[in-house]
Amino acid sequence: MTEAQHHEEHHDELPFWRHYIFSTDHKIIGIQYGLTALVFLFFGFCLMLMMRWQLAYPGKALPIAFLTKMLGESRMPGGVMAPEFYNQLGAMHGTIMVFLGVVPLAVGAFGNYLVPLQVGAQDMAFPKLNMSSYWVYFIGGVVMLSSFFVSGGSAQSGWTSYAPLSVITPQSHSLFTGQSLWLTGMVFLITSSLLGSVNTITTIIQLRVKGLTWMRLPFFVWAQLVTGFLLVLAFPPLEAAGVMQMMDRMAGTSFFLPSGLVVGGKALNVSGGGSALLWQHLFWFLAHPEVYVLILPAMGIVAEVIANNTRKPLWGYKSLVYSVIFLGFMSFVVWAHHMFLTGMGTAINAFFQTTTMIISIPSIVILTALILSLWGGSIRFNVPMLFALAFLPMFGIGGLTGLPLGLASADIHLHDTYYVIGHFHYVVAPGTLFALFAGIYYWFPKVSGKQLNEFLGKLHFWGSLIFMNGIFMPMFIVGMAGVSRRLYDGGTSYLHAQNVLYLNKVMSHSAWGLGVIQLIFIVNFFWTLFAGRKVTSDNPWEATTLEWATPTPPPHGNFLKIPEVYRGPYEYSVPGAEKDFSPQNEPDKKPGDSNNPGKK
Amino acid sequence: MSTAIEIPYNSTERPDTGLYNAKLGIWLFLASEVMLFGALFSTYVLLRTGADKWEHGAEFLNVPLATINTLVLIISSVTMVMSWASLKMKNLGRYKFYMGMTILCGVGFLIIKSIEYAHKFETGLWPSTSTFMAIYFTMTGLHGLHVIGGMIVNSYLWGPGSKMWQTDPERFTNRIEVAGLYWHFVDLVWIFLFPVLYLLPGK
Repeated sequence: MTEAQHHEEHHDELPFWRHYIFSTDHKIIGIQYGLTALVFLFFGFCLMLMMRWQLAYPGKALPIAFLTKMLGESRMPGGVMAPEFYNQLGAMHGTIMVFLGVVPLAVGAFGNYLVPLQVGAQDMAFPKLNMSSYWVYFIGGVVMLSSFFVSGGSAQSGWTSYAPLSVITPQSHSLFTGQSLWLTGMVFLITSSLLGSVNTITTIIQLRVKGLTWMRLPFFVWAQLVTGFLLVLAFPPLEAAGVMQMMDRMAGTSFFLPSGLVVGGKALNVSGGGSALLWQHLFWFLAHPEVYVLILPAMGIVAEVIANNTRKPLWGYKSLVYSVIFLGFMSFVVWAHHMFLTGMGTAINAFFQTTTMIISIPSIVILTALILSLWGGSIRFNVPMLFALAFLPMFGIGGLTGLPLGLASADIHLHDTYYVIGHFHYVVAPGTLFALFAGIYYWFPKVSGKQLNEFLGKLHFWGSLIFMNGIFMPMFIVGMAGVSRRLYDGGTSYLHAQNVLYLNKVMSHSAWGLGVIQLIFIVNFFWTLFAGRKVTSDNPWEATTLEWATPTPPPHGNFLKIPEVYRGPYEYSVPGAEKDFSPQNEPDKKPGDSNNPGKK
Repeated sequence: MSTAIEIPYNSTERPDTGLYNAKLGIWLFLASEVMLFGALFSTYVLLRTGADKWEHGAEFLNVPLATINTLVLIISSVTMVMSWASLKMKNLGRYKFYMGMTILCGVGFLIIKSIEYAHKFETGLWPSTSTFMAIYFTMTGLHGLHVIGGMIVNSYLWGPGSKMWQTDPERFTNRIEVAGLYWHFVDLVWIFLFPVLYLLPGK
């Protein structure tokens, strides 16, 4: 292949550490993000697997001897999980999954790798900044993990770190306590997201190649653009809140400590005058847009995969684009629907309830457009497509079960129960994670030049689908029975919950099953890398977007020749065309031009 | 091989957006800074409206010193613009003079600020003393960190960074403009902090 030879000649002479460790190439950085995030995802998942033992068999010793021994007597006295340790696992599971796993994978890995390729750029607009955002993220992750090893263990006030609990647990002015390290880690992660999204937005706006107008951008790029704006504008208030909580913990201020606070029977010796609600407002001002940061890139991936595998254009591309922009705007004015029970007052509740109902409209438009895109297509049921198809109903369940939570009166019953856990996990786990898996299977051939094994992939998919539902579906039942999400004993002490308690075991066994199924993916991943089937084409899925117009894997600088764009992103099965896909970089065949060169 | 990649619009403007890359980047960054300080000012509003009593900053903060500091920062913004204008007029020597003045103004600001801080600590006013002092120290402290950050960048552009003038003068001029935008923003934050903390009467 001449393209490959061409690539060989330009093989760069950078030393190993500049090429793979401190690289400024967006693709290497994307891969770094991806691998780190996958490791964190697996680690955060394992924390939950331990929690599920305590929930299914409260007070029984963990039967895995080496794990009990490794964790030590302080965390697992007599092999039974200590309540404080349970709280640590809960807080860190949420934090790691959201801030160190899903967001870096969806935005850091997929965004970094694909956005420059899809807009036809040679790299990100600021390559050095890109490198530093990865390393700042890495440091943030190390700080988070290190918090497990300080005395008193990691943060244990939930992933939301609600004040005043988070300020007074543990009561120490030292930096080396779990909560203070959590705050430090968050400042690093926020900084990293900020640098990354400034880079992504600039790349999309400034580095689009000739002919790539706004309405010719792949939907994935639109999703990343809106996500970038959410990160730029929503994260800083949490940074401010983190600084203030740090001041509360270390300098003795009272930003989040109200007057007259009594802890353990003793009045707290602080100046008071702060507001516990303030933390919640600042936290959710970030954390609600953050939900859309989790879901929008996923929708982008699903749109790409669906268009490719139905071999027809997306239904309603423009309405998808307008919806995703509207969704971005609205996500800034719904945050207090997480706070209906704080006594903000009915007027504020009514406002946020209304905006919440409004924001469901663009989400439904997107979902509907994606479902209608399937209509009349000759669908290829390969692994990426299976994950993308499963995303639709799973995200649908997650979204629809959110509506009762958005209504203030229904939320009174459901707030902080397992119903909430079920709701947002349907959005993030079989929703976003399935989309991310679809993306991994879909773009793996471009990144590595090898195709993941189809059979193992299907096994991974069907197993994950069954067990995911086995975990999260019962949560709705348990939640509606009134079991709180934060109970160490899983509701054993609740008289009214006795007849749903058996579901705890169903959920736990499903979770462990899901863990086993993920091993198939890990095996597939490494086996393919070392001995997998090589792809024979640069465009194995016969796709239309620009990333497939590069050599495999794309060299430094991406394109052999800077492409030019002649058409929209999803021109599949164009009537009268020679093949059923018309790549964006191929000019229209001129009449009378008998031997159209096709490629180049 | 890093020379093989040419990121376009580093020094020239993209015709349809009218921006070069770093200019868009810095505006996005400043947007996030607005949100950061916006959250802190919102905190001020929320805690103040929720409090029974609120101190009048002028009674124990040093208004004359803060007024001088305000002037110092405004002057530094002017010299920052002059340094950029000097480059536009292709005069590196004058650029160095004005950029040096900007950095010195930053130093002056920090010295005056630390005199103020020291005096507060001597009179027993700490962040833990009251909500007002907590906000005062957090906001001015964070602002001070931004001043230090700006000075580090400016010093780099005054010293080793200015070598770029020989190789790519247009891009170097852009860098000064971008650094200037940031510096004006830091100045602007102080313009809000000064009246809110020092002048606004209590209740």
